[in-house]
Amino acid sequence: MADDALFDFLHMEIVSHVTKSDPGLLQDGDEAMSKLEQIGYSTGYRFIERLTKDLSRFKDELEVMKAICKDFWSAVFKKQVDNLRTNHQGVYVLQDNKFRFLASISNSRQYLELAPKYLVFTCGLLRGALASLGLTCIVTAEVTTMPACKFQVHLQRA
Amino acid sequence: MARPGVRVADSKKINSELFTLTYGALVSQLLKDYENAEDVNRQLDRMGYNIGVRIIEDFLARTSTARCTDMKDTAEKIQSAFKMYLGVNPTVTSWSPASDEFSLLFDQNPMTEFVELPESCLSLKYCNLFCGIIRGACEMVQLEVTSWFVQDSLKGDPTTELRVKFVKKLEDAMPAGED
Repeated sequence: MADDALFDFLHMEIVSHVTKSDPGLLQDGDEAMSKLEQIGYSTGYRFIERLTKDLSRFKDELEVMKAICKDFWSAVFKKQVDNLRTNHQGVYVLQDNKFRFLASISNSRQYLELAPKYLVFTCGLLRGALASLGLTCIVTAEVTTMPACKFQVHLQRA
Repeated sequence: MARPGVRVADSKKINSELFTLTYGALVSQLLKDYENAEDVNRQLDRMGYNIGVRIIEDFLARTSTARCTDMKDTAEKIQSAFKMYLGVNPTVTSWSPASDEFSLLFDQNPMTEFVELPESCLSLKYCNLFCGIIRGACEMVQLEVTSWFVQDSLKGDPTTELRVKFVKKLEDAMPAGED
């Protein structure tokens, strides 16, 4: 058992390490963000395998997304996604009204400019989990008022 | 539709797997970034230190423990912190005659689940984060300590042994007129 606090602190350290470690390299922060996303991706890819090893096969893509919102989200963030919407054409929006990594940062628009870097790891986590379940996608995140945020999943059709 | 629920599976175990995998992803990213295991060790220690200076507050708030009286007391508290944060129960042994040095023996270590070190990483101290955490946390309660790994089961040793050594007591710089 690893305590939640430990995971939160580790996440903070990963974010600050990746974004601060070599400022010379990262003029626009893109490289830092992609590293952060990569760390999330490989975590998600492996983690979902452990999580779904006893589940039956998913019927379709919607069922996969539902499992992500329920089981995956509660395993990682101790709550379910608050709202899942889709246009039935491969775009899904997952809304979390009290996102764990933002909850202790701010309850308003204060520090809004810092919020994105605390979401990138989770974008990678989602992308990795979906990739492991056979869905290729692009995940972006947006936040207007902390600690609520939305993750947009664009599935790439083969 | 009834699925065999994931939540039936031990949620604490899942938690620990998430932590382990995240840490693993971090270490492998650091290895890519630095190429030199020594730098990775240093970096892990630094990150651990930053975690330590924060997690001590969480620890003190949740356990409402008092200031350590001696190293034996410190050792016990470090042991209980491992229990609380990682769910492992390291054994405290091998006290030095002066009682300023002890070892923590881990018979299992959740951080190294799913981990195998390749030949090329023999100088990597995979769990160096622990050393940083202990150093950072102790510094916040005015104890300067150093710690290092004596044995590491990832490197073929029978167990993992973390040695902690007391260096000195840090003094409070009190403003004049208080106290």
